[in-house]
Amino acid sequence: MTDTKDEKTGAKKPTRKKTTPKDRAPHETEWELRLYVAGHTSKSIAALNNLRQICEQHLAGKYKIEVVDLLENPQLAKGDEIVALPTLVRRLPEPIRKIIGSLSDTEKVLVGLQLRPREEA
Amino acid sequence: MAGRSSRRTGRQDAPPKLEKVPTGIKGLDEITMGGIPQGRPTLLCGGPGSGKTLFGMEFLIRGATEYGEPGVFIAFEETAKELSQNVESLGFDVPILINQKKLAIDFVYLDQQEIEVTGEYDLEGLFIRLGYAIDSIGAKRIVLDTVEALFAGLTNEFILRGELRRLFRWLKEKGMTAVITAERGDTTLTKQGLEEYVSDCVILLDHRVIDQVATRRLRVVKYRGTSHGTNEYPFIIDEQGFRVLPVTSLGLEHKVSSERVSSGIPELDEMLGGKGYYRGSTVLVSGPAGAGKTSVAAHFVDAACRRGERCSFFAFEESESQVLRNMRSIGINLEPWVKKGLLRFIASRPTMFGLEMHLVSMHKELTDFKPENVIMDPITDFEAVGSQRDAKSMLLRMVDLIKSAGITALFTSLTSEDVALGTTEVGISSLIDTWLLVRNLEQMGERNRGLYILKSRGMAHSNQIREFVLTNHGVKLVEVALGPDGVVTGSSRAAQRAQEETEKLARAQAKEARLKTLEHRRAALDARLAALQAEFEAEVQAAKLEIAQDELREKRLASERSSLAQKQSEKVAPKPARGKRK
Repeated sequence: MTDTKDEKTGAKKPTRKKTTPKDRAPHETEWELRLYVAGHTSKSIAALNNLRQICEQHLAGKYKIEVVDLLENPQLAKGDEIVALPTLVRRLPEPIRKIIGSLSDTEKVLVGLQLRPREEA
Repeated sequence: MAGRSSRRTGRQDAPPKLEKVPTGIKGLDEITMGGIPQGRPTLLCGGPGSGKTLFGMEFLIRGATEYGEPGVFIAFEETAKELSQNVESLGFDVPILINQKKLAIDFVYLDQQEIEVTGEYDLEGLFIRLGYAIDSIGAKRIVLDTVEALFAGLTNEFILRGELRRLFRWLKEKGMTAVITAERGDTTLTKQGLEEYVSDCVILLDHRVIDQVATRRLRVVKYRGTSHGTNEYPFIIDEQGFRVLPVTSLGLEHKVSSERVSSGIPELDEMLGGKGYYRGSTVLVSGPAGAGKTSVAAHFVDAACRRGERCSFFAFEESESQVLRNMRSIGINLEPWVKKGLLRFIASRPTMFGLEMHLVSMHKELTDFKPENVIMDPITDFEAVGSQRDAKSMLLRMVDLIKSAGITALFTSLTSEDVALGTTEVGISSLIDTWLLVRNLEQMGERNRGLYILKSRGMAHSNQIREFVLTNHGVKLVEVALGPDGVVTGSSRAAQRAQEETEKLARAQAKEARLKTLEHRRAALDARLAALQAEFEAEVQAAKLEIAQDELREKRLASERSSLAQKQSEKVAPKPARGKRK
């Protein structure tokens, strides 16, 4: 399982290099994630916990999580086209990906972050 | 986000009267008797291209500019830039309104391709955005166009439906007058069954094509707690936005005028009691092709413009320049009136759009140009668009519309040669106040036109048939000649006239001759009288002479006798003899 994942991430890397690089040298924090929430609801707490867990497991040392509370900064919702909450936005590597919900299904989150290919069919 | 707390409980209280907000959309506020429900969502459904987005935009723009209510447009399908470009052609300057904080547009972009859904979520993000947009300009109106895009962008319908229900409730609590657009479903009002959540007012926009002619219609499907027009109302989208035609407001309540207006043809005025048509009446000129119906109309237009009145000329067969040229050929120059802005031509083929569209475009013309007179040339062509019944019902509406505005209208109608009164005419005859009929009179190898007044309500009118002659100076109505076989026209009339002249001359000559004879006889008589007189005089003279001679002789005799008597006095008694002779 870990093997396939590494293979896939390995396979992903060239494509990421294609889209991201040039102006940006690869850092250790290559993954820039932003989690939009509205206050401390059970859903937002669950989402943050799930996210941290997944990142530690799969992206240890090369990710950054930013939590945006729209109740405090409602004007920020427009920037990333936020409609549903909680929403996780993968800002880097490009392209931007969004994952909506409490991130309870780890497999789906990995697919969403393109750490794992979408299941066939 | 704060919201007006006073509105929060509005949901539970049953308000005694439903407050309405005028939409500012022409005609709609009349149908809904005041507008859409205040502080509540209204569902606007319709197929693609039915005008939902435009309706929403106009609702907000009118609200911002005419009713001082700022509005928010939440677009799920078009960007703010696209939206403002789309309504720019309607004369709305969206960027200025946005700068003045009267309007806010928020484009909500959802791309399923880059979205993954896992676990529970809610639409709080949308709520926050709406709240932020509403509070930033103090909006009272909001349009969501179209919420159903959420269904395409997000999975988990169960959550979505719950959230939509919450959204509409939330909008109500915030006291927002909302218009929510939705795509029409095959069998249901909306594809996603949104009517389930929005139950106060549902408006349906329809854009259907019948016989290749597209017609837009609007219907208020439901309006809880208030009466409203229930018909399908035709509407158009023109350079001034939405325009719905409220047909129910028409009735037989128009005021009548006893003022008379000239028909532009002196002889015709004379036939119509010497004064012409009634102002505000409906005149129909019917006749076969080439009878000169348009010329009668042109005379009327010319006369009206001379009086300084405005005329709208709906031409359904000819273009403006064609009418102008043709009328110039009979000496009626309408061009100056066009230039002066008194005369407007609206030339279009009846088949260009549906009957309702014609009605709406006429309504638009009447409200924009406010003409005193309307010409429709000809009305028969409408049957090409719809069925005869539809055409009649539309004409009825048009006539009602015209009458309620106190406009004098002149229609022309084409009749077939064989039938004196065409079928259409019978259909609309009840609407017509003055009906002029031009007929072809075929005689002696030529075709001539005769005009007569079939009816003219409320005035004494001539029962004569007049010959209708088109000259270089317009239409002339000539008194027809009555021959042994009835009315004769054209060269027959001329022949008849010539014959009459000859006869008249002959009669005059005969009369003169007779007079002369009499004169002669008188002279002869006089002569004879004179002769007789002379004879008589002569006789008298002779008689007198004789008497004088007699007397003389008698005297002489008497004197002889007296002298004789004196001589022999005792011989005879002379007295009795003398008395006897006397």
